Amino acid sequence: MPGLEDLYREIVLDHYRNPRNRGELPCPPARRAEGFNPLCGDEVVVYTDLADGMVRDVRFGGQGCSISQSTASMMSVAVKGRSLEEVEKLERSFKAMMSIVTDGGEVAPPADLGDLEALRGVVKFPVRIKCATLCWNTLTESLRS
Amino acid sequence: MSDLAAATKADFPLLSRDVYGKPIVYLDSAATSQKPQAVLDAMDGYYRTVNANVHRGAYHIADIATQAMEEARAKLQHFVGAASPREIIFCRNATEAVNLVAHSWGRTNLREGDAVLLTHMEHHANIVPWHMLAAELDIELRWLPLDNDGRLDLRNLDRLLDGVRLVAFSAMSNVLGTIPPIRRIADAAHERGAVVLLDGAQYVPHVPTDVTELGCDFLAFSGHKMCGPTGIGVLWGREELLEAMPPFMGGGEMILNVTTEGFLPNELPWKFEAGTPAIAEVVGLGAAVDYLSGIGMEAVRRHDTSLTAYALRTLTERHGERLTIHGPAEPAARGGVLSFEYGDVHAHDISQVLDEWAVCVRAGHHCAKPLMRCLGVVATARASVYIYNDTSDIDELSEALDRVGDLFGPQ
Repeated sequence: MPGLEDLYREIVLDHYRNPRNRGELPCPPARRAEGFNPLCGDEVVVYTDLADGMVRDVRFGGQGCSISQSTASMMSVAVKGRSLEEVEKLERSFKAMMSIVTDGGEVAPPADLGDLEALRGVVKFPVRIKCATLCWNTLTESLRS
Repeated sequence: MSDLAAATKADFPLLSRDVYGKPIVYLDSAATSQKPQAVLDAMDGYYRTVNANVHRGAYHIADIATQAMEEARAKLQHFVGAASPREIIFCRNATEAVNLVAHSWGRTNLREGDAVLLTHMEHHANIVPWHMLAAELDIELRWLPLDNDGRLDLRNLDRLLDGVRLVAFSAMSNVLGTIPPIRRIADAAHERGAVVLLDGAQYVPHVPTDVTELGCDFLAFSGHKMCGPTGIGVLWGREELLEAMPPFMGGGEMILNVTTEGFLPNELPWKFEAGTPAIAEVVGLGAAVDYLSGIGMEAVRRHDTSLTAYALRTLTERHGERLTIHGPAEPAARGGVLSFEYGDVHAHDISQVLDEWAVCVRAGHHCAKPLMRCLGVVATARASVYIYNDTSDIDELSEALDRVGDLFGPQ
């Protein structure tokens, strides 16, 4: 049986208690997207400021559980300053870690997920996978808007 | 209070199982109740010895199957004090029952500019069908607010009722446990000529129910929250209203005659029961009614109230200001549904930690997002009790909450 320590790693709880890049960005020039988890009512707002194909700045807001909020914090750190191509690679890599197959079953390219690696245990708690992917889906929406 | 649980717990096979090597502590009966052996046996026996389609065959077992279904209907009739079995419509659940009223009664009786009065404590099942109808018919939705104790604020009831054709509200909140003054609201609605629909999904399984005393015109409830199977529910309606309503879904069973030119609807209640019904589930629900009637609904209500009082008292004593329990402070004004917050820990995290201790509670918005907004939260954790719970379950919950504090408390 998976234990709580698989889910609530210290680094996860640290991002939950001390979220990075929490806040807003003026829109425009930044883009804003909202995501909802209809199961639990979690809401996340992602702001992205793009320039020259790069994520120049990112902020997130909203309310949710420790997994959704810490993932958003870790994701913001991971994507800030990255090219859109690198961001896409990170997202696919993260979703592969969550056992979500993207783009017709291709194996996700390996990427350095940094702190996000600490969320590997989420996959053992299937109900919580949606908590960890909510901010990624919202980020994608914001980048596409 | 524990006498009832001591007498009933052994009737529920699932409650003898372990979770992660610990005895299960099931505190989510507001989502669905567990099923007693008598219900499982009735359904199993039906399939093993009786299974045949109803109201069709002229052979022996088809006749027994039809009788079994109509006997169950009579049990439901008496359980809610209905005047006739013609008033008991079997549907999938309370949600489908509300949708039936919205589609059939609503489309026939509501016109542009009419108003429907709901409350801020409704389940989405009693909100979304009216939103859908409002978009179609251009009717107005109005909302009765709540006070700080989680009770309906009726101060402006008369003004809100002006122009209202239907008042649709929960007889017991699935989040707060609040039992509103049903008769008072129903009488006020009737004085204005409005029709009253009660969402009884939480009420009927827990409180002695008599539709005449409640003073409603429609009552919707689900079988699976009252020891019955999933997939079966009931719409009770006053016969003259049901008689005047057009059918909801079309198909077999609901007709007297069909030609290439049209059809003639069947009599009540079959007019509203298109297609082969959930026969085994109807039989199971009949067995659940027998089971609950054997205990006595007065005893069920006494047990719930007393266990709720114990939970309110002991949880508050042990956890103090860290624990916020929503809903009326007075146990008599509510059912055994306790929505709570623990510090600033999200409900999902609370239920995840409680799960480690085999304590099953619900976390989320409980299909009541407008109410969550009124409470100023996105989600709550919710513990809910039934006949098989006792004080030891509350004690286990209380102890597991300490673990939540250990993990998420101030560092």
